[in-house]
Amino acid sequence: MKRSYSHYLMVGYVALFIGFLLLPLLIVGGAAFNDTRFPSVWPWKASTLHWFTQMAENRQLLVAVWNTLMLAVGVTLLSVPIGTAAAIVLNNTKGKSRALLYALMTAPILTPAAVVGISTLIFWRGVNVPAGIFMTTLGVSSIISAFVMLLVLARLQSFDRALEDAALDLGATNWQVLTMVMLPHLRPAIAVGAMIAFLQALEAFNVPLFARGNAETVTIYIASQVRIGVTPQINALAVIMILIAVAGGVTYEIGRRREHKRRLKLEGLAQAAEQAEERGELIY
Amino acid sequence: MSDFVRRYGWGLSAILVTLTAFWLLALVWVPYSVMIEKSFRLYLPVSEIGGPSDRYTLANYLSLFDMSASSEFLGLMVPIAVQVFLITVFYSCGVTIICFALAYPAAYFLAKKAAPAQIPTLFLMLAIPLFVSEMLRTFAWFIILAYQGPLNALLDAVGLSKVRWLSGYNGIIIGMVYTYILFMFFPIYNSLTALDNNQIEAAKDLGARSWQVHLNVIMPHAKPGISSGATMVFMFAVGSVLVPTLLGSPNSRWFTEIIIRSMFEGQDWNSAAAYAFLLLLVCLLFVSLVMKLFRVNLADITR
Repeated sequence: MKRSYSHYLMVGYVALFIGFLLLPLLIVGGAAFNDTRFPSVWPWKASTLHWFTQMAENRQLLVAVWNTLMLAVGVTLLSVPIGTAAAIVLNNTKGKSRALLYALMTAPILTPAAVVGISTLIFWRGVNVPAGIFMTTLGVSSIISAFVMLLVLARLQSFDRALEDAALDLGATNWQVLTMVMLPHLRPAIAVGAMIAFLQALEAFNVPLFARGNAETVTIYIASQVRIGVTPQINALAVIMILIAVAGGVTYEIGRRREHKRRLKLEGLAQAAEQAEERGELIY
Repeated sequence: MSDFVRRYGWGLSAILVTLTAFWLLALVWVPYSVMIEKSFRLYLPVSEIGGPSDRYTLANYLSLFDMSASSEFLGLMVPIAVQVFLITVFYSCGVTIICFALAYPAAYFLAKKAAPAQIPTLFLMLAIPLFVSEMLRTFAWFIILAYQGPLNALLDAVGLSKVRWLSGYNGIIIGMVYTYILFMFFPIYNSLTALDNNQIEAAKDLGARSWQVHLNVIMPHAKPGISSGATMVFMFAVGSVLVPTLLGSPNSRWFTEIIIRSMFEGQDWNSAAAYAFLLLLVCLLFVSLVMKLFRVNLADITR
């Protein structure tokens, strides 16, 4: 097939699009290795690793890293069970009440995070919970739970409810139905949900901005440094965060591909079964 | 309900329902309600709470219309806060439109034209920036657009004059488009992969020009993706704190800055609650507008 002029124009456009998305990250990362006072990649003075050693000795930053990890672990532990439970509850609701429940559950996704931050601070201060990492965990979880809920809900669509009935009929306890029939089916969605919950919590800015009290997270620390005068230490930190993002991107992509292959395989099996049936062969 | 209990038993049902209720009530809807309720009361010292001045009032909302802080805007005297609000909504719509214009061709190419063997690599290259935090993506442009930064160095090297990128709303718009464009790209891409190539071929065979194919066949199919992307980008833009603080200039202001000022400098949480509620209302208005305009339902948007 002959490629037209417009095809090459589009290839060029997509190359630009991807370049536009990736180049800034290379610049942020690259500036971590340049020996300048203000982070930049131009002019290149001298290659150095001392921004990394300085970063590793920065106590304020290490405290922020610790806080952020606490936040991410807390959000994951809270939002994964909540999101999973909410998806199961929603999946068992029908008609008008389902639409209403769905709207109530997805509202946090459509709410600006700053609004979530303010409402979290006002409400929990009102019941004497101090602002801090714990309050931030509650606020961030209120949003992330909705993402987990949607992931698990999508997975539940492919769940055959007859399996639950069969297990019950065969004498399984309710607990066994959940842990041995339902949860194994949901595992991929729960795993992706946990990963997204963890990574999103690392990135959160708007909710911590209001709910953190005096505790600093990494994003808050970076923002305050940018305001008072940034050094390439922040870029050294960025290099590490970008590497985490690359790991996240690769895991996500591997999962997507595995799911794709599984679907192809299932479709192939279904086709084979149909053809066998047409030929009159029994294949049960 | 009885079926639910039969499946999971009383104990388990109670746990599932309690977790869900804790989330919806304690983490989402009661905090929202408390915030809205407070927005209609004055922020008073503890001693005056419950006193005669503690009553429902619109004062927090009306404080936005303070005419003593006003200037000429589009030929009228308009309070500054109202101007900032209108400008924020206007530029957020602009960012949404730019994101669509830039993301749509790329999503179309990846969904319909790219060789299947290349897709995983291309996807990976797009997934990485998605996992990099908004903080770093904004910080990247803080470095790039600096007056002594790499972009001006490049312009200088090719003989062009340097540009003061971080003036007016330039930096904010560039930063927001960069930071939020993937939230437009992925939904459009997802809805386009479900479009049957034969429909495109059929339209072409029947003599449709390529812009007609896009307008009448492909875009209608991408509607759920476009509406989802538009909602997300608008919501992120209008509620953005990071981009305006890092990439704003002395002559640019964003509505979230007014909220933050009232919260931290003014120590008036109830006015901040009122402004936050307005922000939420704008987003709700945008969602319902998108749902009406594109004839999609909520599930299409939040997918």
